[in-house]
Amino acid sequence: MRQDIDRRKRFTRRALVLGGLQVAALGGLVGRLYGLQVVDAERYQVLADENRINVRLLPPPRGLIFDRFGEGLAINRQTYRLVLVSEQTDSVAATLDRIASLIALSDRDIRRVLKETSRRRGFVPVTVREDLSWAEVTKVEVNAPELPGVQIEVGQSRHYPFANAASHVTGYVGAVSEAELTGDPLLELPGFRTGKNGVERVFEQELRGTAGTRQVEVNAYGRVIREVAREEGQPGTDLTLTLDMGLQNFTAQRLGGEAGSVVVMDIHNGDVLALASSPGFDPNAFNYGLTSEAWQGLLNDPKAPLINKILGGQYPPGSTFKMVVALAALEAGVIAPDETVYCPGFMELGNHTFHCWKRWGHGHVGMVDGIKQSCDVYFYEVANRLGMDRIAAMAERFGLGAPTGVELPGERSGLVPTKAWKEAVLGESWQGGETLIAGIGQGYMLTTPMQLAVMAARLGNGNVAVEPRVHRRPGAPAQPVFAPLGIDPEHLAVIQDGMIRVINDPNAGTAYAARIEEESMAMAGKTGTAQVRRISKADREANRDIEDIPWNERDHALFVAYAPIAAPRYACAVVVEHGGGGSRVAAPIARDVLREAQRRDSARWPEEGAPPREPGAAV
Amino acid sequence: MAATSHRFAPPGMTLLQKLGAMSWGLVALLMLTAGLGFAMLYSAANGSLQPWAAPQMVRFAVGLVLMVSLAMVDIRQLHRWAFWVFGVALLLLVGVEIAGRIGMGAQRWIDFGVFQLQPSEVMKVALVLALARYFHGLSGEQTRKWTSLFIPGVMILIPTVLVLRQPDLGTALLLVAGGGAVMFAAGIALRWFAIAGALTPIALYVAWKFVLHDYQRARVLTYLDPERDPLGAGYHILQSKIALGSGGLFGKGFMEGTQSHLSFLPEKQTDFIFTMLAEELGLVGALLLLLLYLLIMIYCFGVAFRSTSQFGRLVAIGIGVNFFLYVFINIAMVTGLIPVVGVPLPLISYGGTAMMTLMVGFGLVASVYVHRDIEVPREPGGSV
Repeated sequence: MRQDIDRRKRFTRRALVLGGLQVAALGGLVGRLYGLQVVDAERYQVLADENRINVRLLPPPRGLIFDRFGEGLAINRQTYRLVLVSEQTDSVAATLDRIASLIALSDRDIRRVLKETSRRRGFVPVTVREDLSWAEVTKVEVNAPELPGVQIEVGQSRHYPFANAASHVTGYVGAVSEAELTGDPLLELPGFRTGKNGVERVFEQELRGTAGTRQVEVNAYGRVIREVAREEGQPGTDLTLTLDMGLQNFTAQRLGGEAGSVVVMDIHNGDVLALASSPGFDPNAFNYGLTSEAWQGLLNDPKAPLINKILGGQYPPGSTFKMVVALAALEAGVIAPDETVYCPGFMELGNHTFHCWKRWGHGHVGMVDGIKQSCDVYFYEVANRLGMDRIAAMAERFGLGAPTGVELPGERSGLVPTKAWKEAVLGESWQGGETLIAGIGQGYMLTTPMQLAVMAARLGNGNVAVEPRVHRRPGAPAQPVFAPLGIDPEHLAVIQDGMIRVINDPNAGTAYAARIEEESMAMAGKTGTAQVRRISKADREANRDIEDIPWNERDHALFVAYAPIAAPRYACAVVVEHGGGGSRVAAPIARDVLREAQRRDSARWPEEGAPPREPGAAV
Repeated sequence: MAATSHRFAPPGMTLLQKLGAMSWGLVALLMLTAGLGFAMLYSAANGSLQPWAAPQMVRFAVGLVLMVSLAMVDIRQLHRWAFWVFGVALLLLVGVEIAGRIGMGAQRWIDFGVFQLQPSEVMKVALVLALARYFHGLSGEQTRKWTSLFIPGVMILIPTVLVLRQPDLGTALLLVAGGGAVMFAAGIALRWFAIAGALTPIALYVAWKFVLHDYQRARVLTYLDPERDPLGAGYHILQSKIALGSGGLFGKGFMEGTQSHLSFLPEKQTDFIFTMLAEELGLVGALLLLLLYLLIMIYCFGVAFRSTSQFGRLVAIGIGVNFFLYVFINIAMVTGLIPVVGVPLPLISYGGTAMMTLMVGFGLVASVYVHRDIEVPREPGGSV
């Protein structure tokens, strides 16, 4: 018994030690829990949220582009995509077979889908086919009960309904390039598109909008459980251009397959109504990436469809420049309007002979006749009296030699040579003969069709230095305030009289054949021919027919005009590359386009408060 | 002590008397704890009794009946059967070993059709019974002799080796620790513990080199640096700590545990259920559960102190320590204090065998309590 009591006492001692150890161990656990759940709780809270909250971007719909009457030039079209969620179907292969019996599905697609579904988690939708037609969508929807796990997803892609007709204005969108990455997370979204050319590029920021975000709770496998928060983005701003798509279409068609440019603008407020550079290209083709053959084809086409010739093409203005020389002469007082110059068909200066286009000469010509008949000798004489720098100063007042500032990419500045320019750039002194050549718009002179249109517009309104625009910024006045031209109206009247006679004087008007017969719409203008290569003596004597000259050696045909004569509203510049003479090729195009513009009344702006379209509608 | 009253005819108790003497306080504590477990299983199933909470309730009810029935069994019968129970448990373990060899890989279960039996669980209780009976038969003086180490040592070593071969490191450690605790309480000389302490590093080295499997080594390494492999083996510990820590003081609310419900947490209904509880109910909820566990342990110790027999004392303390080891290892594991070993949280984790083992264990404790005043002879049928 004593032993037993002894044993019990020992047990009690040892049990108390065990109990003490256990309580101490429990205390350790409590301390650990305190450390995790109180001391470090905040840190683990953050880690927990990082675990489960996934932020996804909601790409904003891109702003739409409309013409001045609300016609959609660049819209977002709904596209339908067929996706397969493999965990919702018993057999991916069998389901694909059933899909293939309904819509076209290539063997490559089927193999790709089988591979992707086996590699990804079962709830991740795998794209089976993109860009389904509506008929295909309905076929799939009708058979939905037999197609478990098959879903139609709706996306948006950019669409240009007029395709080639306005490609240089709208530009196009394409996949984001490395150089464009600015840190905007939107740009890193797969499939996101940015503007690559035209207004799509210039107004990229406005059109893009800002991304919305969607916070979703995901589980450990990445499956979305629910949406926690959603912040809608700002859709891109819609853009209304000054263009009249009806006129633009007409113009593009009128140019046909020629390589050339036509600009029509409002001579008062600078609204560009048509801006056609031909040939165009289909901007829709760029959306999903061109094949390299198609891209090479566009690059190597001698007619350079990718270049916006209106801004990027530089041509000697030829005789269309003569109004500027004449005005400079009147303003400088070196010649009176009725003073005549004798034209024997050539002029000699130093050792050189400068020819008039009319071999046997015009005889005695005054200023109005000089313009009407485009007499070169008259302008040689005037230019010689003026000197190059005074000609250049007047050219600059009419917008030549500097970018017009129209909001489109790729604009070049042209060139108005001066003595200082030649010394600085070519390191040679100016020759007197070069002034003569410049006086008829040849030589170093270079202009873009846009500059020619601006020149025509300023000649037409005679009052202000109108500047072109393709977009009226919100709140911008219908009639912007422009700097005054500062030209004596009497001098201007002489020039305009000459331009009217060029077209409407049956007696030797160089473009009488291209007149607008409706008197209320009649136009004033001036032809021009830009030499592509020097005319040799042999050419002059052979008097070759245009058809005998290779296409790329033929002269460029130019024409500038404004209409109607009574109350000028529209200015137009036409350049047809290698088209031959301005009166034969370019003038008839200008006639048709200006007549169409007046018939359509393109320059009117739709009534405010009566929107021509549903706001924000995706057509 | 008035020996006359007990020597020839130990007092028989009627069933009613035994029921009256039953440890109903322990039953109440177990029900509270298990109730908390049902709630967590309900939450783990996103607010559904299926598939976990309802079966667990049924098991607990069966376990309670088993416990009370066992409590009615005379402690002298338990003493008499102790070695037989141990022998049967050993046979079952060997059976699993053989089945494992001819079957496929790791085998811990014996399928009886209606239910599956995990012999290593049975062994935990059987070992306590066998050790208690052995030391009950020794006087205090005999206990302190070195010769008395031999038989208990073998009794611990054989099942431990068998369990290690399954391989089940967690249960093997539990067997050694539980058995050691019984030996300690029985009163063996302290110097043996000092020697064991000195030999441990050597044993660890040998174990590391020759016994541990690669995946077990990986677990230990991952424990030492959980961030070493955040998506691999360390993933569970890291996610468990994130879930726990983000629960904070008051938790995210019942059924609101984001990490658990979004499956960042592995095994949320079994080994990692404590994490879910601590995430949803916070430190407050975790401490409440620890308090319940502490009370159950104190109850077992109280029963041990009240028992007049060394057998009863050692059974109660053995079961209590085993219970504590479950609790400690599981919580230490999910809080990243020790490597991940597959040990369930007693009364809370979903699982049949563990629940049954526990309830049988508590049935033994209850029997010790009911029969606390009955003296147990040194040998069955022998004198006190």
